[in-house]
Amino acid sequence: MRLEILNRGYGLGTKVLFAFIHAVSRQPLPDAAKLVFYRPDFYGTPMKELTHEAMRGPSAWSVADRELMAALVSKTNDCAFCIGAHTATTARAYRDEAKVAAALTDLETAPIEEPLRATLRMLRKLTRDNAVNADDMRAVLAAGVSREQIEDALAVCFAFNTTDRLADAFGFVVPGPKGFEAGAKFLLSRGYR
Amino acid sequence: MSIEDKRSRAHRALVTRVLEGDGRASRAQRRDAFDNAVLAEPLHTLISKVARQPTHITDADIATVKASLLSEDQIFEVVTCAAIGQATRQYEAALGALAEAVTDRKRTDHAS
Repeated sequence: MRLEILNRGYGLGTKVLFAFIHAVSRQPLPDAAKLVFYRPDFYGTPMKELTHEAMRGPSAWSVADRELMAALVSKTNDCAFCIGAHTATTARAYRDEAKVAAALTDLETAPIEEPLRATLRMLRKLTRDNAVNADDMRAVLAAGVSREQIEDALAVCFAFNTTDRLADAFGFVVPGPKGFEAGAKFLLSRGYR
Repeated sequence: MSIEDKRSRAHRALVTRVLEGDGRASRAQRRDAFDNAVLAEPLHTLISKVARQPTHITDADIATVKASLLSEDQIFEVVTCAAIGQATRQYEAALGALAEAVTDRKRTDHAS
């Protein structure tokens, strides 16, 4: 990463934890994990809490749906690390790589439910244009999405519009397919805490 | 506590921590980065890229800010604040648009 403190600035306890995770996963620790362990009281602890709530807390959206939202927001931001991480996670959660690939390639023709499609369309616009209006929200509501579901989706969008920026600013190393698979397994079994 | 309250509380806790808690960068620097305000160069270039063009950030952008006597910890903090600030502006604008759409729908439902 571009800041040396994010590569080496950890205490002994955290280094032992990193070594343990490396031994279990047989993959280098992802830079996203290193970031939240660096001075965690400043950013990592409150951000992990917020992200876990958005991605794994109670919601009418499935975990797979929310991981697809994360992948689509990251694709809109062109963030290589987060595209790879959340594409692998949503594909594993849905057990359907083709569906995920279709949604990320052409949202309008992908084999997904209309409420999810309308929500993803709105998240893409918000991420790309930094704004949406009441008409955009009316379109999502008209597709059968509840107010609570939209709020849930916006929380996912917030988390990844933050994380994508940090991944690109700090220069996260982009793992290969095995690294992303190991990360997906971890995120589905342990979440973001 | 409702899910919405819990979520709003988590967001507020994050923003309050990075802006108002202890840090190596001054609170004014962190607030300016969060707001994507006009900052002195070379920090302004880096912060505005974090907010608007994060994929355009280069090693040189970070190295130039380091050479301007900001420590790595200060850079870590202001970059983090800039990312959270931009995502917060999007989030709040979208929640406002949603509230407007829901209010209009309730008004229409009452009228019919």
